[in-house]
Amino acid sequence: MASLRLRLFLILIGATGFIWLVAVFWIYVSSQRELEHVLDTRLQEAARMVVSLVAGFDGLPSDVKDPNGFKPAHLSGYERQLSCQIWSLDGRMIAKSSGAPENSLTDRKSGFSDQEINGEAWRVYAVEDASKGVRVLVGDRLGLRERLVGDLVKGLLWPALLIVPLLGFLIWLSLNRGLRPLAWITRDLAHRKADDMRPVNVTRTPSEVRPLTEAINQLFEKVELARGRERDLTAFAAHELRTPLTGLKAQAQVAMATNDPEVVKHALGQILVSVDRTSRLVRQLLAIARLDANAEDKGSESVAIGPLIADIAAATATPDNVRVSVDDRLSGLTWLANRECLELAIRNLHENAIQHMPAGGSVSWTLGSSPNDIVIEDEGPGIPDNELSQVGTRFFRGKFKSAVGSGLGLAISFLALERIGSRLHLTNRRDARGLRAELVRQT
Amino acid sequence: MRILIVEDDPVIADAVRVGLALGGAIVDCVGTCEEALAAAATTCFSAIVLDIMLPDGSGIDVLRELRSRKDTIPVLLLTARDEITDRVSGLDAGADDYLVKPFDLDELAARLRAITRRREGRADTCLVHGAIRVDPAEASATVEGEPVQLSRREFAVLSALMERPGVVRSRNELEERLYGWDDDVESNAVEVHIHHLRNKIGREAIETVRGHGYRMRAV
Repeated sequence: MASLRLRLFLILIGATGFIWLVAVFWIYVSSQRELEHVLDTRLQEAARMVVSLVAGFDGLPSDVKDPNGFKPAHLSGYERQLSCQIWSLDGRMIAKSSGAPENSLTDRKSGFSDQEINGEAWRVYAVEDASKGVRVLVGDRLGLRERLVGDLVKGLLWPALLIVPLLGFLIWLSLNRGLRPLAWITRDLAHRKADDMRPVNVTRTPSEVRPLTEAINQLFEKVELARGRERDLTAFAAHELRTPLTGLKAQAQVAMATNDPEVVKHALGQILVSVDRTSRLVRQLLAIARLDANAEDKGSESVAIGPLIADIAAATATPDNVRVSVDDRLSGLTWLANRECLELAIRNLHENAIQHMPAGGSVSWTLGSSPNDIVIEDEGPGIPDNELSQVGTRFFRGKFKSAVGSGLGLAISFLALERIGSRLHLTNRRDARGLRAELVRQT
Repeated sequence: MRILIVEDDPVIADAVRVGLALGGAIVDCVGTCEEALAAAATTCFSAIVLDIMLPDGSGIDVLRELRSRKDTIPVLLLTARDEITDRVSGLDAGADDYLVKPFDLDELAARLRAITRRREGRADTCLVHGAIRVDPAEASATVEGEPVQLSRREFAVLSALMERPGVVRSRNELEERLYGWDDDVESNAVEVHIHHLRNKIGREAIETVRGHGYRMRAV
């Protein structure tokens, strides 16, 4: 339904109306019963009263007239309600009240009965007094009774019908007031700038809406986090791309600004370092671009792991005081995978380990916990636990970054292994300082 | 000028150090936020060149910390990003200027001279006292229009004295302006430089205030 307000309004009005109708019906039924009881009692009393007044049938006039023409003022329309007949026991009418029918009201000797006389329904009470030789019948028209109950219920119903629209108006007003917190939240959100990710004020919202606002706030948090990550990525990328260029330019300017051959030589040396770094960065960027472009499987072949690692280790510039060892058991291991992806993953892990190695450290390639898995362990500073989940992010450079890295190596390793359906597990070593990277084959 | 470079990239830090030294500045380099704050607290620099992305945090935080210490030292930010929001946040955090990488070394030196000049409240780009004129941009000095050949240290001493001619500069103060942390300082180095300076710009130009230090003689 489009409008919560309309929905609530209809439900409330419907429920109120239903309760109202039930109440009216109840009042009608119970009033009728009560009234019948009261009127029956009156019939009974009137009959007994007449019997007690009759001394003997001889002394009575044939027609009893109301001497004062008494009419109760407050019962206009209900006059002549009661009719009374006095019969002798042998069946002669001795007397009747004015307006009472000529025929006998009932054939019953005593007690209540419902009768139809001249097309009208009557309620009659009969009492017989054998000692006085009379039978007194008192009756009233049921139609009059019905009118009494009807008037009573109508008197209740009219004000109620007037109240119903007022009630509807009040319900509508209360709904508007009740739904105002929603309007606040709407206004708050509508007036926000695109980058305003402050949480919606939860203290002002009612508990029913709170799950919604909390969900909105959680969404805000997630969006903000994603935006932050994107911002970081651009920042890291700009930093990594511009830093080597800055070094190149500044060193070139130094070389041009001086005549001192020592200074020039030093600057040129630094330029070489920067060029090496830049070319590695370019190589890595190209690798990432290739991995991104070819998401689908590029065909697998049987790759011998041992020789591959040995080749990569031999091709990587390694400081003299850093030792690299390759476990002999790896020589028997082959992976059915795309050679290029596997090589990228292994080379970048190897380079990463070498770059973070302290003097005299050693990098070792061994078998993992499962005989198909490959493990590389270094003796570098490792990765702080809170950064472990982020190191796969491009350009992310953690606390213990190397001087020449660009934050792409591990990202490439993760991506390349993903492409060949394998996974990379990074953990800090338990047995010693350093990082342990496990290449887990997924097949 | 004694400049602190806060830059974690060794190639850039090296180029800035050598480049600014060629222009007559004394330069010290550090690579982390922590070292930068320690250096700024213990040594009196003319200006700081501050990289924003440092291994242990953001240069902006270093800047905020400096400003919260009521340190008014001129700071030039180096940023790898040229988005306006970055520059605005840097300047709002208390930076005096910024440069986007890759920058020009000469521009860096010129901007450093400009922010130190502004901090000293000078309008003239040259320091002038009587017949003596010092041009920080050229790292040169003239006496009555005649060029005077000065060594880097001599130029640094003369600049320090000429920045505020009436104020006495103590021997320690001058030493701090003259030598980086890596330089070896002879115990009488300042006296030696003052002696050479007097030979070149005139005996009477620099006045010795016994027990306090040196200042330019009033003209």
